[in-house]
This record gives sequence, C-alpha cells and structure tokens, in this order.
Amino acid sequence: MDENIKSKYQPVIGLEVHAQLLTRSKMYSADENEYGALPNSNLSVITLGHPGTLPRINRTAVEYAIKMGLATNCQITRDNLFARKNYFYPDLPKGYQITQDKTPLCTKGHVEIRLADGTVKPIGITRIHMEEDAGKSMHLAGETETLVDLNRAGVPLIEIVSEPDIRNADEAYAYLTEIKKLVQYLDICDGNMEEGSLRCDANISVMLRGAEKFGTKVEVKNMNSFRNVQRAIEHEIERQIALLEAGEEVISQTRGFDAATGTTQAQRTKETMNDYRYFPEPDLPPVIVDDAWLHRVQAELPALPQQLYARFTGELGLSDYDASVLTAEKDIALFFDELTRLTPGSAKAAANWMQGPVKSFLNERAYTMSEFPLTAQHLADIIGLIDAGKVNHSVASKQLFPHLLDNPSQSASEAAEQLGLLQQADSGELEGLIQQVLDANPAKVAEYRAGKKSLTGMFMGELMKLTKGKADPKLANQLLRDKLEQA
Amino acid sequence: MRRFNSLTEVRNELTAGSFTCRQLVEYYLDNIQRKQHLNAFLEVWADEARQQADAVDAKLAAGTAGKLAGMVIGLKDVLAYKGHTLQSSSHILDGFKSLFTGTAVQRLLDEDAILIGRQNCDEFAMGASNESSYFGPVRNDLDHERVSGGSSGGSAVAVQADMCLASIGSDTGGSVRQPAAFCGIVGLKPTYSRVSRYGLVAYASSFDQIGPLTCSVDDAALLLEVMAGPDEFDATVSHEPVPAYSRQLEPQAHYRVGYIRDTLERPGLAPDIKQAVETTIEQLRGQGHVVDAVDFPYLDYMVPTYYILTTAEASSNLGRFDGVKYGYRADDATDLESLYKKSRSQGFGQEVQRRILLGTFVLSADYYDAYYTKAQRVRRLIKEQTDELLRQYDFLILPTAPTTAFRIGENTKDALSMYLADIFTVQASLAGVPAISVPAGHDQQGLPIGLQIMGGAFREADLLAFAKHLTETVAASVTTP
Repeated sequence: MDENIKSKYQPVIGLEVHAQLLTRSKMYSADENEYGALPNSNLSVITLGHPGTLPRINRTAVEYAIKMGLATNCQITRDNLFARKNYFYPDLPKGYQITQDKTPLCTKGHVEIRLADGTVKPIGITRIHMEEDAGKSMHLAGETETLVDLNRAGVPLIEIVSEPDIRNADEAYAYLTEIKKLVQYLDICDGNMEEGSLRCDANISVMLRGAEKFGTKVEVKNMNSFRNVQRAIEHEIERQIALLEAGEEVISQTRGFDAATGTTQAQRTKETMNDYRYFPEPDLPPVIVDDAWLHRVQAELPALPQQLYARFTGELGLSDYDASVLTAEKDIALFFDELTRLTPGSAKAAANWMQGPVKSFLNERAYTMSEFPLTAQHLADIIGLIDAGKVNHSVASKQLFPHLLDNPSQSASEAAEQLGLLQQADSGELEGLIQQVLDANPAKVAEYRAGKKSLTGMFMGELMKLTKGKADPKLANQLLRDKLEQA
Repeated sequence: MRRFNSLTEVRNELTAGSFTCRQLVEYYLDNIQRKQHLNAFLEVWADEARQQADAVDAKLAAGTAGKLAGMVIGLKDVLAYKGHTLQSSSHILDGFKSLFTGTAVQRLLDEDAILIGRQNCDEFAMGASNESSYFGPVRNDLDHERVSGGSSGGSAVAVQADMCLASIGSDTGGSVRQPAAFCGIVGLKPTYSRVSRYGLVAYASSFDQIGPLTCSVDDAALLLEVMAGPDEFDATVSHEPVPAYSRQLEPQAHYRVGYIRDTLERPGLAPDIKQAVETTIEQLRGQGHVVDAVDFPYLDYMVPTYYILTTAEASSNLGRFDGVKYGYRADDATDLESLYKKSRSQGFGQEVQRRILLGTFVLSADYYDAYYTKAQRVRRLIKEQTDELLRQYDFLILPTAPTTAFRIGENTKDALSMYLADIFTVQASLAGVPAISVPAGHDQQGLPIGLQIMGGAFREADLLAFAKHLTETVAASVTTP
C-alpha cells in the first residue's frame, strides 16, 4: 500500500489477552489443571456440569489475578461478583461460562512499553477479570465429526483488556512482550502462545489522522504467535484503509486470522453475534479481597521486570540495551540480579559474562536459564579472580568457564588451581622468565633496541608460551618494556 | 401394620419388636404397588430398599443405628443419587444416571434412612400441579380427579397415601409447601442456604431449597437437622450452626404473630381457606398470643418479581441440556444448530420452554434493565420489608395457597392463573426466609387446607416449635363443615 495513503490514517488498537493460570486445580473445581493430559481425563462431575453440581472458587487463582493487577498498577476491586456468560457450544459443558462482568477484579492500570526510539509509552489496562476456559473442539482433517476434549474446561483464566492506546503492530508486539514478561515473572502463566496458555484478540480500527472519533472496530481472533498478531494487525489496517479509500464502510465484525495467507476472514457480524445474557452468578457468593489478603499478596510479589530494569540502568549504570536484554527473561534477570549483588562494582563485567559466554553456552545447548549448571557464585568467583589479576580474562572464558560447566561441583578457585590457571602475579619470578626470553633472542633484542618496537608482541608470545598463558599480560607487558628499555 | 405419622411411632414399634424394618419396607412397597394409579413414583428401588432395611435391622440390633433408622423416604426426581436415574421428570434427561450423590441425600443415608424410590414432579420443578411432568400428573389420593399440587406432587402424595413415611422435595416458590397443603401434610422450606444444594438439579439457584414433606412437624424437624449445615461443595451454603431442631420443639407461652391484611382480602382466595385462617387467628388470640394485622405494600409485585428472576436463572441453568453430552438427542438433526433446536424443542415440555423463553427474554441485552435489574431491586425491597416484619413479629401466618386442590386440567389452559396460585408462597422464597405449611382442616368438599407460617431467617427452631403447637392445639380444632 502507498505509504502516502497509509500515512493519512491513524490506526487504533486495543488488545484482549487471555492468560491461563498455573494453578494446580481448576477455577471452580478440584480437577487437575494440566496441559497435555490424555483427552477427557481431568474431569469431575463439576467440570462436566452435570445436573446438581455447583462451582467452588479457587482462591489461588484469585490471588494470581490480584498479582497481575498489582504488577500492572491496577486498582483491586474488593467486592467481587461473578457473572454467567450464556452461550451454546459443545465444548462448554454448563451452557455458560462463569466470568466477571460488572466488577472486574482489577481496573485502571497500565504497563509501560519501550518503543524503538527508546521512548517509554504507557498502555492503559482497562480491566483484568477472572474466568474459566472452555474445552477444546478438535476438527480433524478428513473427518466430519468434531471431537471435544473437556480437560481445558474450567481452567482458570484472566482476561487482560487494554485501552485502545496501541497505534501500530510494533507497539502491539511490545505490549504483548511486556504482558508475557509480567506473567512469567509473577509465575502465574507460562506465557506460551503456541500452546495457547496466552491468547490474544485484537480490536482494530482506523481513522483519519487528527480525527476525534474512532473508526468502526473489527475484532480479529485466531493469532497463535506474537508474530502473527503483528501480521494480522498490519493486514487489517491496510484492509480497512483500502475499504475507506474505495469509499466503502468498515463493518463491525469478528474476523479470523489465517496464518497461511496472512489475511483476515469475516466470521460473524455484529447483528448475528451472541447476546450473552450476562447476569450475576447465583451459585457463588462475592469474593471479598480484604486488606490483610491484599497486603499479603503485595508482600509476596517477586521483583518485577520494570524494577530490575530500573536497578540495572540506575544503581548499576548499565545501558538501556543491556538492561532490556537482561530483563527479557525472568530467570536470566534474577540470576544476573543475584550475580551483581555478589560482584559489587563489576556490573558491566557481569553483564558481559551473561551476554557473552553464558548466552553462547545456552544457545549451543538450546538450554533455558533454569538448565544452566552454574550458580551466580561461580560466575562471581570467576569475575573476582579476573579482577584480582589471578586469572586473565581469555583464560577464564576459554578454559576455566568450560571446565566448571562440566564440573559444577567445584568452586572457581579450586578449578583454577587444579588446572594451573592462576596467574603469576609475582613480578620477581616473571622478571626471571622475561630475562630467559631475552637471553634466548639476542638478535631480536638488538633489533628492538634499534627501533623495531613492534617486536614486543613476539616477546610477549614467547613469554606466554613459557608461562603457559598464566602471566598477567598487563604486568608482563610492563616488565618486558622496562627490561628492554634498560641498558 | 398401620399408618404411622412419625418416626417416633415407628421406632417405638421397632423397639417393641412388633415388626422389622424389612417388614416396614414391604408394607410401603405393597402400598406403592396398590396405589400405582396415583403416579407418585417414577421408579421404586425395591431390592435396594430391602437390603438397606436388613442392614438397618442389624444396626438396630447392635445398637449402632443412626438418627433416621426406620424412616422410609422417597426422593423427588431432582435429587442426585449415585447410580440412580435422575430425570427431573423430563424427556430431555432420558436415560441419565447420576454419577454422584448430593450432600443432603448422603446425609440421609449416613443416618440410616431407607430410600425407597424416585418421585414424580413437575418437569424441572416448574409447576404448581404436577401436570408438567413428562410422566403425567400425580393424582390426589383424596380425589383422583384432582391434582397433587406441585412441583413436589409425587412426594406429597406418597406421604399422603402412606407409600413412605417422608419425602424429600425441593421448594423454589412453594413447591414443597403447596403440594403439602393440597395433600394435608407438613411441608417445610428452610431458610435459603440452610441446606446444601449440591446434588439438587437447579431450577432457580438463588431460590432453590431442599425441604422435607412429612406427616408430622417432628419428622420435618429431624430431617432438617440431618440435612442442614455447611458443605464444601456448595459455596452459598450457610455456616450458621445447626440446632438440634427435633429436641427444641417446646413452644413458648406468648408469641407475637402477624398476618398481612391483604392476603385475606384477595379476590381469588377461597372462602373456606379465609375462614380457616381467621379461625386460627382467633384461637391463637384465645391462647394469649398477640396476633396483629399488618400491611405489606408489595403483594401485587411478588408473583411478577418471582417469575422474572426464576425464569432468568432457569434459562441459564437449563442451557446444559442440549442433546450433546447426555440425555435425549433428536435423531433428525442435520447440523449443530438443528441438533440444539430439535433436541431442546422435543426434549423440554411446554411449561419449561415457556419459562426458558421468558428468562431468555428478560436477560437479553435490550430488556435486562427493564426486567431483571428492576426485579432484583423489588426483590431486595420485599426481603427488607419481610425481614422487618419478622423482627416485629415472631411469625407471619397466611394461607399456603388461595385454593384447595383443583381439578386436573382446570388451570393448564392459562399459565398466568397457574402462576398466580403461587401468590402466598413466593414471599418466603423471595425473602429467603423459612416457611412451613401445616394442615389446617378441610374445606366443604373435604379437601385439605394448608396454613403457612413464615419465620425469621435461620429461626427454624422457633418456626418448627410454633408449627407443632399449631398442629396440636389450633389446627386440629379447625374444621370447616
């Protein structure tokens, strides 16, 4: 699409993110909440919605939702009602979903996203509410029947609804990244869009730049990766602009994203949309969040990415880039945070270790940080040995670090000693060795003294051979020059 | 063997060795057999009841029997009992067997009750005459052309006709009290949330309560005592302590009783019933109790409020019966939508469909505020006013129903007139307070009249003591010629 035409329009986007909570049991029953179990195995009469059954509230799920609310600067609703959302579908055993309608648990929050130019933009959170998942309908290729797996029915969800503050696909991507980061830091959802534990619907409209009234909004569903959310938004913006440019209207409807073609297809128009007939759930009393409960949840909140980011860039003086990379994943951020507390004053070195040797190792093995065999203490000791001049950096990264990875039960200094990697910091001994090198190369010494200073490298190489690389290069260099300049 | 009117009578005979539980069960089985034409039972668990009886006989001999040993009980077809058919008298639950036992039923079993069978009722407990049952109406044992009342019609007639000592029914807007009145027995609707609803097929969740139908107030008290109390499977159940109701039936010397003036001035109220209530009032005064006429401004709003809210909840509660997972499925469906439409159109009876449609309408986005929201507000007003009256007075007395048992078919043409028959019972349901119907004589045709007593929330002990007093001293002497 012509950029000139495109730039006439302002896209307006709001996202609805569903996150499956990692509670042990379901939202309203004691059935196990487990991904990938044998179909229809985690079921009780309650999940099946058999006549006479009643829901029970999972307070852990409520707590998880409160955590997300606190992490996104929301107000927490104290008097929480539940509501029924009624519709017919074979994977919805009760004929309604128990959700929250008029009293969402969390309201009026925001998360901050960092744009490409480094500026920070707040995205409003309209609400976060609790609900239960439906089962899964499976349409197998070549089969006319639909199979229903009810394991997922009743799994606790939170729905995070953003304000229409997002202006393009990149912002949407950044917002989703923040949400995923938060749920992972809070340990309330594994944030896996491919497995469906994180799901996203996008409400998209376009209006002429400078207009005050939003255009007609279209809801896009069926995006199973962050990348596809981006693609769907990009496509939908262009589709809507093309309609308006052709003098047509955008119809309020639900569209599905087709990842194969990168396009969206109409599913339902507003006229044929369900009237969900929300009304207060009579089977559940209100859940009251009192001060004591709220304070306890608040006190139990782990360090959040924005707090770690602030510490990394502020107290530790790291760059925005380093801080972004190091807070992208919870396990890495927490490891690094611990590491910096063990190596005061060496934050940059610690950051380089994380982004260099540690990252390479994880990449090679396709490991996550949780599978990393060494402790923060190991890395702190390595950095300490380098700082103290006992091991030089390249030996540390090429020999000591790989050795420790294979022998994580050893401490760094034990390993350095065992491998004979400790530098000879003793200048007396080093001077003797330098003398040996010089004595063995009288012609080169003469050339140096005649002005060929570039021979320093050759002498250093010989010295390192002699010391098996253990000489502190800085000290060795100094002593070597001193010796050569003498006489 | 003779008719027994309370478990105490039965236990005395059992202790005296006059007969065994097994013999008692045979007696009831025989009555059920002989009175099949009443259509009270949908299923009789004869062999199981015999086995339970033998087990209870053994426990009695060993001195380890529970509180309900010797009580033979029937269950309304809305109560889940593991391994047993549960159909709510509906075609749509054809072939459905419950996979679990509800809390109240389990508590009966734990106290050694003998369960003898599953009783006919209005489909999904929606009705006041038992005529909406897929299995046909239940006939009143006093006059086979007359209704049993409803929705717990089979349960009431089973006790009336001596087919079991007690029945467990459910009461959403009068479904225990009104058939009890029509059959001349005792019917108790406890305070909302007093008895766990786990295992009760939901009609209108914020109204439904399980309640006993018995010959005596004593048995009602005992059954409530056994069934009531906290239950981890019902989040709405009350944690109020459960008194030993059956041992607190001594009345006080002086009660303050109110009656709502307008209830006795309703145009549809049968004169004999009005007279029975007035006679009761006079006799209570004669005993030294204070009985005042009180005003209650919302009488005309009660039936509409009740039907808006209960149909709304019902339309949602019955959404699960869709032909997909269990029960009846239309065999001529061509796609998912037609499967739903045909299964539900063929599986639900007319009255249930009417209420689902009404409820769907009042919950629809365009009408929600005009109906549902407003009805919720009116319900709150009714509750507040009722609670206030029950702070001023120990009890409110009123007729249970405006008429005695009417003829089968008499009211089926006009749904509205059938709904208006609930006028006196829905107040306690809307307010969530306990109410009991006790026999108060007969009308000129010899049909039983029910007198209703409402009490304060969770004050069933007082309510039952007063009800017992009434049945023993007042109601017993109320007889219209």
